[in-house]
Amino acid sequence: MSAIATAEHPEHLAHHFDTLEQQAAAAKLGMWLFLATEILMFSGLFLGYFIIRMFYPEMVLEAHEYLSKTAGGVNTVVLITSSFTMALAVRAAQVGDQKNLIRNLIFTIGFAGVFMVVKYFEYSAKFEHGMLPGKFYHAWDHGYYIEGLPHIFFGLYFCMTGLHGIHVLVGIGVLTWILLRAKKGEFGPSYYTPVENVGLYWHLVDLVWIFLFPLLYLVR
Amino acid sequence: MSDKSKGSVAPDVPATEPSFWEADKGLASWLFTLDHKRLGVMYLVSTMIFLFVGGAAALLLRTELLTPEGDIFSATVYNKLFTVHGAVMVFLVIIPSVPGALGNFLLPLMLGAKDVAFPRLNLLSFWVYTLGAMFFLYTLFAGGLDTGWTFYTPYSSTTGTSVVSATLGAFILGFSSILTGLNFIVTVHKMRAPGLTWNRLPLFVWGIYATAVIQILATPVLAITLLLITIERTLNIGIFDPAMGGDPVLFQHFFWFYSHPAVYIMILPGFAIESELIAVHSRKHIFGYKAIALSSVAIAIISFLVWGHHMFVSGQSELAGVIFSFLTFAVAVPTAIKVFSWVATLYKGSIEFNTPMLYGLMFIFTFSIGGLTGLFLGSLATDVHLHDTYFVVAHFHYVMMGGTIIAFIGGIHHWWSKMFGVNYSEKAAKIGALLVFIGFNMTFFNQFILGQQGMPRRYYTYLPQFQQQHVLSTIGAYILGAGLLWTAIYLIHSLRRGEKATSNPWHGVSLEWHTQSPPIQHNFHGTPVVTSDPYDFPEIDRTGETDRH
Repeated sequence: MSAIATAEHPEHLAHHFDTLEQQAAAAKLGMWLFLATEILMFSGLFLGYFIIRMFYPEMVLEAHEYLSKTAGGVNTVVLITSSFTMALAVRAAQVGDQKNLIRNLIFTIGFAGVFMVVKYFEYSAKFEHGMLPGKFYHAWDHGYYIEGLPHIFFGLYFCMTGLHGIHVLVGIGVLTWILLRAKKGEFGPSYYTPVENVGLYWHLVDLVWIFLFPLLYLVR
Repeated sequence: MSDKSKGSVAPDVPATEPSFWEADKGLASWLFTLDHKRLGVMYLVSTMIFLFVGGAAALLLRTELLTPEGDIFSATVYNKLFTVHGAVMVFLVIIPSVPGALGNFLLPLMLGAKDVAFPRLNLLSFWVYTLGAMFFLYTLFAGGLDTGWTFYTPYSSTTGTSVVSATLGAFILGFSSILTGLNFIVTVHKMRAPGLTWNRLPLFVWGIYATAVIQILATPVLAITLLLITIERTLNIGIFDPAMGGDPVLFQHFFWFYSHPAVYIMILPGFAIESELIAVHSRKHIFGYKAIALSSVAIAIISFLVWGHHMFVSGQSELAGVIFSFLTFAVAVPTAIKVFSWVATLYKGSIEFNTPMLYGLMFIFTFSIGGLTGLFLGSLATDVHLHDTYFVVAHFHYVMMGGTIIAFIGGIHHWWSKMFGVNYSEKAAKIGALLVFIGFNMTFFNQFILGQQGMPRRYYTYLPQFQQQHVLSTIGAYILGAGLLWTAIYLIHSLRRGEKATSNPWHGVSLEWHTQSPPIQHNFHGTPVVTSDPYDFPEIDRTGETDRH
């Protein structure tokens, strides 16, 4: 297939669509619906969090002091910046700026990597202090005494940040896939839906963290 | 092509192209097909296999209940059997049946499209379904599961049976459901043929669309619930288990927030089929097209606000109980609008008592009983008496089996010639319909009375005074089983010996009847153009001189 698409057979048009516009609109609607399902899935965890916090407010307040506000804060800045570079990448794809597209995709993947590294150190510290979820919680062996039922807080902490972390890892995967396709020069002003959709997904991952950070790290 | 009606125009090309059955050969052409019609057929076969599994479990349960004492099974085995029956029927049969089989096959045809919006996602959805089914089968052989299909905590976090594999299976099946729903919504929005406006969509499409909306909005909540229960069981994080500081009623809220809308995921496709059966086989324009179409959407919306009626006796606040009871009555309104519209459609129609129509009429009868008894359970005071009795069992079987499965079987007969290109034996089919109708009502009708008299559900022994009714119920179940088996036999037989079908045996107007049976791989020879609505039958008299309008 030639790189230059003709009017009758645009290169990226699947057989069951009539036009590229129809294909792009379908892909985008599908992505928004998918994001809705993601929000609903996380909303279950958020609801669980609020119920537990309502049941055991003192415990949540005390337990949250053991999370590193610095690490959480750094990660928040890192993710917001990655959302910015992602937006720049989408813009670059729309105007056909190949160089900036690739550069910004690499930046975004890099920030996502930094987020996971920080998360790794946070998790390691929790493991070392015995602040594990549920029945594996044994912080008292390490000299930490939290009143009440802190194993629930750390259970929720690992569930929420864990599910979010999985989404970051998936994000790194799809961003890399987009980067490889971008390097082949597949995207330009006439076809950039995949970049846009991955961008939407990445903004959602960022947004979920923006809610997770104050709820878990900044309890008052 | 004499069957082509006025109004809708499909380009006139002789049907020389091979059908989708013959277009590609070999196992791989099926396993990796992107063709929505082949995926529909594969869903049909899979759901039928699991219908057999779930049905076999039901017959074993009914056999145990022939006598008041426990004779064949221990209590644990009985618990495992009703769990298998419930979980398989809900997650592997009813939820995927109509959208997966008929929805996949018909939706693009009815829209005049070549395929669904995301064919690869569609294939993925089928494989995800298969994977989820494997987890269920593993559960079956790894000692079974005895929690009931509802997985209530704290029992599910303490029982020794295989909870994790079953919840993971249901979790995976949920993704299949989400992907199918997402695909259908986008397909209906973006893939309609020129001229096919929202008001010209067949009501089957409206029903499947409303179903897809619930699939998208409810299933993610089930996903997180099942994930949390899996984590609760493996790590004891203490969110649902009271022994660890959690709240078991929170689990019930989570679970029913999905599972109540899920019963509408199960029944809306039944409504979808019913509208087609009633209109096409009474040769009359559907009564209240917009009312039927929009009531599906209204049901989809209200269904999210009624989950608390499963928890009237779980200790929720009285105010919440009253509100949930009111909203439950509210959901009956759009449902009743549908039933009245179908009955009004029949009025002065020229009704043909062929097999699809028999199932259509059966549906009105059984579903009305199922729907109305739902109101008994939605009333606070009566529910306290009837909660967890056979009344509940009878109610939801009248809705799920008497509603969805009856409509599904009717739909299979209605579109059988379109899918397979052959006709079944009408005589054999009528015998089957009769057996199913008698068997079904004999099994479940007296369970309303049993429940009202105090027979609790999920017990494998009972007081001797209930024996007569239990025996009646069991005999009914055998007749129902025989009827379904007979149906499977003559349908399969028709594949080998059935006479070749014409492309439009019922003189339908919607687009799926404007292509050959079975359809070609790309459905139509060109893009069809729609100029009228799907119930504008040629014999309808527009002058108003006769009654046929």
